Amino acid sequence: MSSFDRDGIKNILIVAISVCLVCSVIVSGAAVALKPAQTANKALDQKQNILRAAGLLPEGATRDAAGRGVDELFAQFEVRAVDLQTGEFTDAVDPATYQPIKAAKDPKMSRILTDDEDIATLKRLERYSLVYIVPGTDGVGGVVIPVRGYGLWGTLYGYLALDGDLQTVRGLAFYDHKETPGLGGEVTNPTWKAQWLGVDAFGEDGDPAVRLVKTRSATGSAAASHEVDALSGATLTTRGVENLIRFWTGDLGFGPFLKHLKESA
Amino acid sequence: MATQKEVLLDPIFNNNPIALQVLGICSALAVTVSMTTTLVMAAAVTAVTALSNLSIALIRNRIPMNIRIIVQMTIIASLVIVVDQVLQAFAYDISKKLSVFVGLIITNCIVMGRAEAFAMQNDPWVSFLDGIGNGLGYSLILVLVALIREPLGAGTLLGFEILPKVTAGGWYHANGMMLLAPSAFFIIGGLIWAIRAWKPKQVEAAEYKIAANVQYRGAL
Repeated sequence: MSSFDRDGIKNILIVAISVCLVCSVIVSGAAVALKPAQTANKALDQKQNILRAAGLLPEGATRDAAGRGVDELFAQFEVRAVDLQTGEFTDAVDPATYQPIKAAKDPKMSRILTDDEDIATLKRLERYSLVYIVPGTDGVGGVVIPVRGYGLWGTLYGYLALDGDLQTVRGLAFYDHKETPGLGGEVTNPTWKAQWLGVDAFGEDGDPAVRLVKTRSATGSAAASHEVDALSGATLTTRGVENLIRFWTGDLGFGPFLKHLKESA
Repeated sequence: MATQKEVLLDPIFNNNPIALQVLGICSALAVTVSMTTTLVMAAAVTAVTALSNLSIALIRNRIPMNIRIIVQMTIIASLVIVVDQVLQAFAYDISKKLSVFVGLIITNCIVMGRAEAFAMQNDPWVSFLDGIGNGLGYSLILVLVALIREPLGAGTLLGFEILPKVTAGGWYHANGMMLLAPSAFFIIGGLIWAIRAWKPKQVEAAEYKIAANVQYRGAL
């Protein structure tokens, strides 16, 4: 050890390079080896979110009451890509691999929303999105659309499920958000979510009509059928949820597609 | 020279990294909202501290003093990335909830502190035990905090209902503050007080003495 100079340039370089090499081999080894399991997890998670929004899978469970697993339940959906501008099905992208949220960040696949259009603070809107259709006995049994929009602290990501009439809400589930726990975070509260069941998403004129209110209109009135309770102590989250539902059911979102589908049914 | 048992058990009560050294508070506030995330975080920190201590102790005689902190950080960061990847592969739901806090283990003062203060001077095996011990000390405080926060904030423990909440038809009005980070400050403060009341040796000597209340004129 006499010739070994611990603080010499030579040892510094040897230690620095070998530590980096060993660490990078370990890190990349772990990343590559675990990639398949991670991708499978993400895909499964996405499917679960869609099934939960559609009310087909109970919260926190991985099987429905009849014991069917996620993949089996998801198999009943027909996944299609939709051109948001025309509202028609498109083959421009492959529904199996296309990711609308990623596409929204790609200048080639999206456009900048103007301030007037951008009620949900998305900044960019993708050209194509995905819909999940449940085939019914005659025509469409239901449809699930991805929704997102800004709340108080960050973007809320979720799915909105509509019944076969493409009008009545079957469920709304957010799978990712940054709202305050106990206040805006109550968007994931099952009791609050249950209120969405049966809400009429569109008014007489076919425009988005959902409202989050502090005081409900008289039961049975036309206005009451569009109303959901606001979240107490979370004005900005409430406003964000209302805006994002209105945006995605509106003309810039899935409005044209839903109209189209309704006419063809 | 401390025995192996002392190295392992001392950090739990006598030299607790959170309660005595007051390190690692950030993640202790962030992840203790629910017991499940707490347990996973505690396991992750224990694993990282133990393995980083072990690997740093193995090469401690080769590490040049000038770049020792960088070498330690590289090793710790690599271990944290591996832990994060493993969580994403095998505990996806929990890794989503822990989100950024697993990555932030890199900056957890306990890991860095043990590497620099202990592993640089001791044998690999003893350093490994020291890492486990400090991880357990950290875990103990986290579990205690979560044990208070989850039931009072959400009415559940490990996801099972303990106190039926009013919103779900029960009688318990959930304490919203328990779901927010500041509540952990109060709880950790209370724990530090309790431990120091039990082991008065841990009370630090005052650095200065506040003068007896003086009159305004006297102060001039």
